[in-house]
Parts: sequence; structure tokens; C-alpha cells
Amino acid sequence: MLEINDLHAGIGDKQILKGISLRVNAGEVHAVMGPNGSGKSTLAQVLAGHPSYQVTKGTVTYNGEDLLSLDAEVRAQNGIFLAFQYPVEIPGVSNAYFLRSAFNEIRKARGQEEVDPLEFLDLVDEKLKLVDMDQAMLSRSVNHGFSGGEKKRNEIFQMAVLSPQLAILDETDSGLDIDALRIVAEGVNKLRTKENATIVVTHYQRLLNYIVPDFVHVLAGGRIVKSGGKELALELEAKGYDWIQTAGAAA
Amino acid sequence: MSSAIESLVNREYAYGFVTDVETDTVPAGLDEDIVRLISAKKQEPDFMLQWRLKAYRRWLTMKEPHWGNVQYPAIDYKSLVYYSAPKSVKPLQSLDEVDPELLRTYEKLGISLTEQKWLAGVAVDAIFDSVSVGTTMKDELAKHGVIFCSFGDAVQNHPEIVEKYLGTVVPHSDNFFAALNAAVFSDGSFCYVPKGVKCPMELSTYFRINSANTGQFERTLIIADEGASVSYLEGCTAPKRDTNQLHAAVVELVALDNASIKYSTVQNWYAGDAEGKGGIYNFVTKRGKCAGVNSKISWTQVETGSAITWKYPSVILQGDNSVGEFYSVAVVNKKQQADTGTKMIHIGKNTKSTIVSKGISAGEGSNSYRGLVRVLPKADGARNYTQCDSMLIGNKCGAHTFPYIEVQNETATLEHEASTSKIGEDQIFYCKQRGVSAEHAVSMIVSGFCREVFKELPMEFAVEAQQLLGITLEGSVG
Ligand SMILES: Nc1ncnc2c1ncn2[C@@H]1O[C@H](COP(=O)(O)OP(=O)(O)O)[C@@H](O)[C@H]1O
Ligand SMILES: [Mg+2]
Repeated sequence: MLEINDLHAGIGDKQILKGISLRVNAGEVHAVMGPNGSGKSTLAQVLAGHPSYQVTKGTVTYNGEDLLSLDAEVRAQNGIFLAFQYPVEIPGVSNAYFLRSAFNEIRKARGQEEVDPLEFLDLVDEKLKLVDMDQAMLSRSVNHGFSGGEKKRNEIFQMAVLSPQLAILDETDSGLDIDALRIVAEGVNKLRTKENATIVVTHYQRLLNYIVPDFVHVLAGGRIVKSGGKELALELEAKGYDWIQTAGAAA
Repeated sequence: MSSAIESLVNREYAYGFVTDVETDTVPAGLDEDIVRLISAKKQEPDFMLQWRLKAYRRWLTMKEPHWGNVQYPAIDYKSLVYYSAPKSVKPLQSLDEVDPELLRTYEKLGISLTEQKWLAGVAVDAIFDSVSVGTTMKDELAKHGVIFCSFGDAVQNHPEIVEKYLGTVVPHSDNFFAALNAAVFSDGSFCYVPKGVKCPMELSTYFRINSANTGQFERTLIIADEGASVSYLEGCTAPKRDTNQLHAAVVELVALDNASIKYSTVQNWYAGDAEGKGGIYNFVTKRGKCAGVNSKISWTQVETGSAITWKYPSVILQGDNSVGEFYSVAVVNKKQQADTGTKMIHIGKNTKSTIVSKGISAGEGSNSYRGLVRVLPKADGARNYTQCDSMLIGNKCGAHTFPYIEVQNETATLEHEASTSKIGEDQIFYCKQRGVSAEHAVSMIVSGFCREVFKELPMEFAVEAQQLLGITLEGSVG
């Protein structure tokens, strides 16, 4: 589904990603771990098409298509979803309106009928339950005045409504207490199918107790310095990132 | 600035067409004879002529003010035409007699004087250049005793009401532009809602400037008698022309005991081209007087057009417990300049005012909020809340705020909040990441920013405002 090949990217003169290669197939869950500043969010933003980052080398194909040539909204319409590490606030725009616009623009791009507000409400009702959120938050402004935890939940709620093919979750666990973490993780698990894939970006192993990855990659200094199965996450937890970074530097 | 924002804010002006109708025009320039000629053409009673002459003589002694944060070349008052009326609309018995060309103009503007508005429960009084061409729903309104007609008709048919209230809120000597208006105003709208009557429908006036080099000087007078209430909307457009056109209107509102008036404006005069050539100079005096106890006057304005906007819809809170409100969205783009705001004058006890101003600046536009809150010595318990937000789109525009506060009563409570924000790439990217186009994202963010003001607009006109603004209101309002 997704094939990243020797990806180099940065901002201005600053090189951040220095040769990332990664292959994600349908049905898989990949965890990308690494210390702060290692480039995890940059990778997520580059895949989603943030205009501030320049790709200087390498390729990314998504369903056989050159992903990097597509505008961010087209990537989204093609099924890529990014749950932001820092979700953006849009004061005055209701969550319901925002999400329905997104839902309908994606449908339109796929040649499907748009849904009216009432149909849409029916549809989101069950998705709300998935992340244990109250209807009332539909009429609140997008992320405006939300607590950190509410913002993260709202990201997963949006993901549930838009049902992407490739979901990238950037530090969705940070700012969540243990109950919220479980709810969010269960939500993500329920959305798993054979057809879609998830990249879970996280600093901590904690989340991976709930969302069990098929593969774990460790990012350090803009490179993947180690890949392995889910047990790699536990090893990292026990030994800390220093162990890997030294190993990476030595490699 | 992202290209999407740029293309959104640089849309072509859709109302720039010129209508070909024969006009009855007086020679350019201004002297006492022109004032007399205008009065004579309108067959006015003597009190009107005397009032005009008094204003004209006063105007001669006044200087054009220049304290606004706006720049423009000197206006040559001698080359302006002070009266221009479409010839074909003289004595109008019914809508069928309106020049079809005019009706087509209104259709292009998206307003129809007939059934559609009736279904929407709206009565429309349309001002084309300086003469009112047709008023719908008169009969329905008459049943409730509401008088809604052109100012000219009011002078003919209800001179006693006109004489009683004309100039009581904006005197003939108020300011340079108001004095000029008083001398030469050609028409406008008039509304009187009698005691205890809630006006059964929204009232609406559509202004359009058509002729070149015409100054448009309308005068609107709205009176809500004791216990009455009325909601009124004016919309404005003008054709594209290379030269600037002057629009110096006066609006007076009077609310007696327990009466309320809601006055909404959607202004989309031609703003001039990208180099700042052409466009309307919108120098307007709007003021309401809460004359009675528990009365309320609320201004809502959405100002998107004009080369220069210079206006301060104000409320004189004279009656005890009266309420004044000002909700404003002002958008400037290209080389547009806006200096707008309000004055709240607290005279009575426990008077309360609310000011919410949203300024959006794009291109090389300059947007100034200027507001005065004055609390006089007897205004015990007066309260004001002011919120003043600016949004910047791009790096070449400007936003300024000039809040003035004069408090002479120590029991007064004043609150002031202000903010400046920028539409960020991050907000747009967030929307795009959800599959929303950049253009839709910008309109969503902007209308979200304006939400507190848009929700004050009458429902029927929210759609109109949306069309004129080119931004989506759906769902983000109410
Ligand atoms: N917008 C930006 N401008 C400048 N430097 C940035 C920007 N975004 C990220 N960086 C830098 O790139 C590096 C990687 O950041 P990031 O991808 O956010 O790391 P992580 O998500 O792994 O913590 C850091 O050194 C960070 O300071
Ligand atoms: Mg990060």
C-alpha cells in the first residue's frame, strides 16, 4: 500500500529526514518510535503533504501512485488520514459542520453522493460511541477550548467518521490518562480491517500494550536505526533510547 | 500567502454591470438653485425646502473632515451631480410599471421585488440611484398600520411625522457629510411602526448606484413608537466604474418607550480595482436614539465593498434601561480602506451597550476600528462590553484599533477585549488533511471568525450575506 524509499526531507536548510525506507501493507500496524526530535512528526507531516517541508530526495508510492506529487487534500481524499500531534483550533466552526464538509468533499472526490446533515448525524452517532464522546461536542468549535485529551479523542473520532485506508497517528497517546488511552486504543482497534493500515507514532511503549503492532521501527537522527517485531518496543522500554542511539551511531 | 487565500480574496466583482436607463439629471455642481430644484422636483412642502436651505448654508461654512485613518484624493464637489433619477419610474402605481430593465437589474442582484420576497416574508423598498422604484408589501404592512415607503412618499403623505422626527437624531448641522446630505438628499426609505405593533415581516431596502458621477445621498428615517418593534435590512451594490462615486447617506432611528429596532446592513459597493482605481466612497452617518425607557437599538453590519468606508453606526442611550448593540464585520482587500466602528452614548440610568467588531484584512487593505463609549454623569449603572477582533490574511494588510472611553460616572462598568489573529497555514493544512479544499477552508475559517456577528443577521439575509461575502455560512452560523 505504502512504499517509502530513501526519503530525505527538511525545512529550509535544515535536513530532518535522512533516508527513510519503509513498506506498509494492507492489514498491518506499524509503530514508529524514537526520542524527541528524531523526526517522527516530520515523517507524518511529509506523508500527509504539509507544504512547509521539502522533500529533497527519495520516493513515496501509495497504491502504486506517486504520493509526493499529490496535493494534501487529494491525499486525504485518497484515504490518508493524519491524527495530529497538535490538533489545530478553528474558532467559530462547529465540529459537525467541519467534519461533514470533510466527509462530503471526500465523497464528492470519489464520485459519491453527498449526505445531508440529518443522514450525517445518524452516521456519526455510532462513531461517537466508539470513542465515548458526547453529542454535545459536535456543536462545539473544532478543538477550540478542548482539553488535550479531548483534542486527541476528537482526532480519533474524525478518523472513525472518515474511515481512511492509511491512518497515521502522531503521539495520539500523549496527554491521555489511562482510561482515555484505553478507549482511544480500543476505538483504533475496532477500526482495523484487512484493507486498511495504521502507522502509530509514539514516544512511549504504553500505547502499544493496547494497539499491538506487527512491526516496530526506531527512528533516531532522521533514520530508521532498528526495525523488529512488537517485542522491540518492550526492549526499548527496558533499556531506553540511549541504547538504540548508541547502537545507531555505531552502525 | 497561500494561492488559495489569494484567489479567494481576489474574486471578480459580480455586480459591476451598468444598467441602461434614461435618467432625469440635474446639472453638475451645487448652489441654492440646485437645492431648490431638487426640492421642487420632489414637490416638497415648504418646511422641507427651508430645512434643506438651512443645511446647505451650514454646509458652506463647514470643512470636509480628515481625521479618519483613510487616504483619498480631494473630492471635487462642483463636478458632482446631486440628483439623478431613472426617467421611467416617475409616478408608480404598481410593480408592473417598473422599467423591465430595472427589474432585470434587481434580478441580477439576486433580489426580486415580487413574489419571492413575499414568500420570504420580506418587504423591499429599492433605491436606484436616488429614487425609490417600488415598494412591495405595502398593503400587508398597511393592515398593521406600518408605514413603509420611500422618503419622498412619506414627505407627501405623512409630512407631520417627517417634520416631527427629521433631524432629531442627526441634525442638519451634525457634520460635513450629514449637512450635505440634508441639503440635497433625493430619496431613501421611511418606516413608522405604530404603538404596540410588532412589524410582521422583515423590511428591506436595496440600494444601487448606477449613473456615473452621481453622488448618492439617501436619507432613511425609522421610527418605532411605544412598544413597537421592527427589523430592517439594507443591501448595497454599485457598477464598476473608473471614477470614484460618493455615497453620503444619513440614517436616523428613533425608538420610543419599550420599542426595539434592529438594523442590518450588507454593503458590497464596488471596491475599485487592484490598483485602487474606482470604487465607492462610503461616508455615511448612521445614528439611533433610544429615546424611551427599555428601548433597544441594534446595528449589524457586514461591510465588504467600497473603496473607502467611513461610518460609525451609533446609539444614544437616553431612556433608562435602554440597550444599544453594534455587531460588525468589515472586510478589506486590495487597496480598500475602512475606518468604521460605533459610538455608544450612555445618558440614561442602567443603560447597556455591546460592541462586537470583526475586522478582516487581506491584500493591501487597511482596516481600522474606531469606537467611542461615553458615559455621562447621570448614567448610573451603565455597562459596556466591547470585543474587537482582527484577522489578517497575508503580510501587506493592516489592522488598527482606536478605542476611546470617556466615563463621567463612577458606577459604570466597562469591559474591553481585543485580539489579532492570522489565518495560519496550519489551519488550512489541517482542513486540507481532512479532504477540504483550501478555498473552502479559508471561507470556513473566516466565517467561523465572524460567527458572533453573522448570527445576529436575520435568517432570511444570512444567505444573502453569504453570497455577497463569497464565504460559507452554512452550519457555522447559529
Ligand atoms: N517547522 C519546523 N521548523 C524548524 N525545525 C523543525 C520544524 N519541525 C521540526 N523541526 C525540527 O526537526 C527535528 C525533528 O522534529 P519532529 O519531526 O517534530 O520530531 P519528533 O516528532 O520525533 O519529536 C527537530 O530537531 C525539530 O526541531
Ligand atoms: Mg512529534
